Amino acid sequence: MKTTLYQTAIKRVARFTIITGLAFGAVSLLLFALHLSPLSIAHEMTTGAVSNWMRISHMLSIWAPLLLCSSGLLFTFRAGLWNIGIEGQMVMGAICATAILRLPENTIPPSLLLLLAMTGGLLGGGIWGLFAGILKNRGGVNEIFGGLGLNFVAQGIILWLIFGPWKRAGIASMSGTNLLPRVLWLHSPPGWRVTPVALTLTCLAFILTALILSNTRFGLQLKAVGKNALASRLFGIHPEFVGLAAMMLGGGLAGLAGCLQVVGVYHRLIPAISSGYGYLGLLIVMLAGYRAASVPFIALFFACLAAGSIQLPIVLQIDSSLSGVIQGACVLSALLLHGLQKKRNEQ
Amino acid sequence: MDISLSVLAAGIAATSAPLIFAALGETLTEKAGVINLSLDGTILLSAMTGFVTASATGSVWPGFVAAAGTGMAVSLILVVIGVWLGQSQVAVGFALTFLCRDLAYFLGSDYSRIAGPQLLATPIPGLADLPFLGPIIFNQSPVVYASFLVIPLLWYALFHTRQGLVLRAVGENPDGCWARGIHPKLTQTVYTVLGGGLIGLSGAAYSLAVKPGWGRPQGCEGIGWIALALVIFGGWHPLRVAFGAYIFGILQMSGILLQEVFPTIPSQIFQVAPFPLMIFTLVIIHFSRNVRSKTGSRLLALLSGAPPMALGKKHEQN
Repeated sequence: MKTTLYQTAIKRVARFTIITGLAFGAVSLLLFALHLSPLSIAHEMTTGAVSNWMRISHMLSIWAPLLLCSSGLLFTFRAGLWNIGIEGQMVMGAICATAILRLPENTIPPSLLLLLAMTGGLLGGGIWGLFAGILKNRGGVNEIFGGLGLNFVAQGIILWLIFGPWKRAGIASMSGTNLLPRVLWLHSPPGWRVTPVALTLTCLAFILTALILSNTRFGLQLKAVGKNALASRLFGIHPEFVGLAAMMLGGGLAGLAGCLQVVGVYHRLIPAISSGYGYLGLLIVMLAGYRAASVPFIALFFACLAAGSIQLPIVLQIDSSLSGVIQGACVLSALLLHGLQKKRNEQ
Repeated sequence: MDISLSVLAAGIAATSAPLIFAALGETLTEKAGVINLSLDGTILLSAMTGFVTASATGSVWPGFVAAAGTGMAVSLILVVIGVWLGQSQVAVGFALTFLCRDLAYFLGSDYSRIAGPQLLATPIPGLADLPFLGPIIFNQSPVVYASFLVIPLLWYALFHTRQGLVLRAVGENPDGCWARGIHPKLTQTVYTVLGGGLIGLSGAAYSLAVKPGWGRPQGCEGIGWIALALVIFGGWHPLRVAFGAYIFGILQMSGILLQEVFPTIPSQIFQVAPFPLMIFTLVIIHFSRNVRSKTGSRLLALLSGAPPMALGKKHEQN
């Protein structure tokens, strides 16, 4: 048993190396064509991501929401659903949490208020996910389009709140609402750019997700619905109900990520609170082959790329969207490799 | 009143023109049984290549060629991995969406916010002076004229030519086509790449005519998703898809007008509002399809349409 686990791990690492090699090769060619040096860029990105604890902890502050979103997406992908609405779910989680944190001061102890805010984030994201699920079941709207529509609605709501009822005294601007009172910030030790609370919650959420998917009846039901919804009915499973539960769980975790961005990173509500992490989560889970075990590592790789690219415009005058190019190229080369292997096996 | 109405209609025709290209390109693709989900990224990338090529050459036409070429190249990647190598077309399209978007911003960052060539309105002599219709139809940029032409052309090609019949047959029943001596994958490749060309033109229509210039964010972000929704809204029929594109244009224009009526509501709301409205129109249409059998209304029958049977499905030929 132990050797097989070891062997699969080696196999996946080898596979991932080939995929990233392919993607890095393609991106390097592009950089050569633009007369840029891939090596100096790689050096700059590595230093930007992991050269000291401050930077590592900043990278981890990107890893946490990525892993939370990816965990949520594991549920929906397992049920065969494309939860593109995850961005909106993250936004709604952040909005619900902020609404709770704006309750009049000194009525509720801060720690209880933070706990309530996190519950609110979970519920807000979960209900937004449920909406997309209901639109699919009852409205016949494919979850991709329902989710996108809800993303736009959530974007509208957050802009309205920031420019309307929750605007900063005097000026309303894209920089967001007023800062939260210090007692409502999640604590981070000096020199840390990430809060231990967010890291712990993220790891717990991921472990729970992996356990639910592999060791529970519900995990098996999700798989049955994802593989063949019609056949799952024969086993007394209600695919609609299981799908809704997956959407709610997925949305809930995304909502929690949104809440943690508010209380742990920005300490206020900003229009771009989701930072596109939900969409990145989709790419992460795809690159992980929809398997839970690989997700934290791929998320770490993506977080390094994202954190490493932040300095690029300042140091090398290169647009930071390069990290997105590499991430997309990795997913595409994974699909290409998978397809080529399948083709070879057929022949 | 008459003048302002025609100005308004001309504005709607112009803002809808790029959307027509994108939505009809996707209709062509999906009719052949392939889903190209990469629209949002492809439009952005081709808007960038179009603008950069036009600035470098000083003329808009090479820009349009480059944009169409970009759209074709992206859809070729989709076809190779999604059709020939049998991977999920949704997954490939999704990865391409984000790859193309970031590639556009990465490669185009040097050309951000600079002045470049753009296509101006070229009135058609004689016809442009017609009362009411003149300013709407005959006093536009060539992009808008092309969008007027591509609607009937695609409709005719799909439903009244042999190639159109083959294309639709492949989208409905690739195995049957294979038995009759048609190569489904080859057919899908040709029409997906052609559709990609139209989608690429849509990008150039933005960066060289409707929302001229390049920068971050370019005004066309999100449009690709609307084009995808329009294909469903229009029931995979080019005329109804085009009708949907004009409705979206009306929604966008009314957003601008309402902004002046309600100055207290932040302008960002009006900019995002048409998107959810469009998506939720799909819900209403779905419900109307269910009640249609009871009421038998002719109007609702006009709006219904079924997807091609083999849309997005893998086809094994041996």
